[in-house]
Amino acid sequence: MLIQSKFLSLLFLKKRKANFNQKTTIYMDATIPNQSTRANEGSVEKPLNASYGKMMMWFFLVSDALTFSGFLGAYGLMRYKFIDTWPIADEVFTHVPFTHTPMPMIYVAFMTFVLIFSSVTMVLAVDAGHQMNKKKVTLYMLLTIIGGLIFLGSQAWEWKHFINGDKGAIQLNNGEIIQFVKKDATGIYHQVSLESFASHTNNERVQHTKSNGLWFKKEAGVAPISLEQVLEGFKKHPELALKTEQIDLKLREKIVVTGNEATKLLANSKQVVIGANLKVNEYGKTLFGDFFFFITGFHGFHVLSGILINIIIFFNVILGTYERRGHYEMVEKVGLYWHFVDLVWVFVFTFFYLV
Amino acid sequence: MAHAESHTSLIWKVFALLSVITLVEVLFGIYKPTSLKLNTILGTTYLNWIFLILTLVKAYYIAWYFMHLKEEKKWLRRSVVWAATFLIVYLSFFLLYEGSALYDSVNLLFK
Repeated sequence: MLIQSKFLSLLFLKKRKANFNQKTTIYMDATIPNQSTRANEGSVEKPLNASYGKMMMWFFLVSDALTFSGFLGAYGLMRYKFIDTWPIADEVFTHVPFTHTPMPMIYVAFMTFVLIFSSVTMVLAVDAGHQMNKKKVTLYMLLTIIGGLIFLGSQAWEWKHFINGDKGAIQLNNGEIIQFVKKDATGIYHQVSLESFASHTNNERVQHTKSNGLWFKKEAGVAPISLEQVLEGFKKHPELALKTEQIDLKLREKIVVTGNEATKLLANSKQVVIGANLKVNEYGKTLFGDFFFFITGFHGFHVLSGILINIIIFFNVILGTYERRGHYEMVEKVGLYWHFVDLVWVFVFTFFYLV
Repeated sequence: MAHAESHTSLIWKVFALLSVITLVEVLFGIYKPTSLKLNTILGTTYLNWIFLILTLVKAYYIAWYFMHLKEEKKWLRRSVVWAATFLIVYLSFFLLYEGSALYDSVNLLFK
């Protein structure tokens, strides 16, 4: 109703405007949020043949691109600084739902395809908008929203896995993360979980709960495996070796140590690390985890807001707002934002998972 | 603007191209051919250069065909692309250069 009455008043204004002389019209255009034109189309003037909204979307995207490149640049700076100790992405992101076989790249490739495909449905919606085909715009907008939700869900799963951890590691006093590995039949080292070899002796520490302790006190949770158990277990399993943070720059692989050298390293152990938070993570450098949370989180927040904006526009399409307005430029503008989110992911994908 | 011609077939072609590039990237990422992984040129490995170039190709197709930069006026396109490219290249160059300088200096002191 509101929209309709607004539309009528716009028509009325347009008629009145014709009676004004040229000067008055320009004055009105400059001061009043343009009632003389159709809503959201901005000024009558269209420099570079782009409406106000579209141009401002482009310049916002330029500034947002600079924000992201600042983050990714900072990541690059730290990576070059720690070029011989940075975690190797292939060894971190190896998980795929419903299986425990390590498969690097597969899951993130799936996420990339989902986002590219939702970008395709978005551009199809824009295309259908140019044809004034309301039915098709509705369908493609819906598919875009679903694609975005699948991507966001996948990211949530990846975060959950990253935070809960997988195999666990030991942190030394100097902050270095040490993982445990075992040679397979072909002589290649594979990481093993702490549970698989930690001894079960002196396990006297139990989780404090309401029923076994003070009802008014809570305990966040005891690490399921203690440092002593890990060290004890390592002594009992001579086939195990330690994977250090250090990278052999000639082979581009982490250096593995055994025997006396390993014992010497473990003498400086500080704590068991399972999973990841902003202070420590089992995958390697703390900064790596921080950048992961920050950059993928910032991107994920963009996806989230993109989905919300898409939903608003989706309902506007259903209500016929753009049909009455005579054009679907709003779909084009949110499309720009959505493609930008995809564009950023292309770079995040490269710098976090490939390079 | 209304009832413009449809670009549907072009959109699907671009999608096919983006998918193929992603697939190539993923395959390189999984198998990492030893010769590409271990040999370095201009500060990083051949493999990393391949990834970077393929990424830029993808970015080009997304911006030009999905974001319709191709159909915008020349100077709108240039004000967006040139400004962003210049600033990003500028920033990345100095940040990465500084990073390796830190590796050569600060890291040696804290060994």
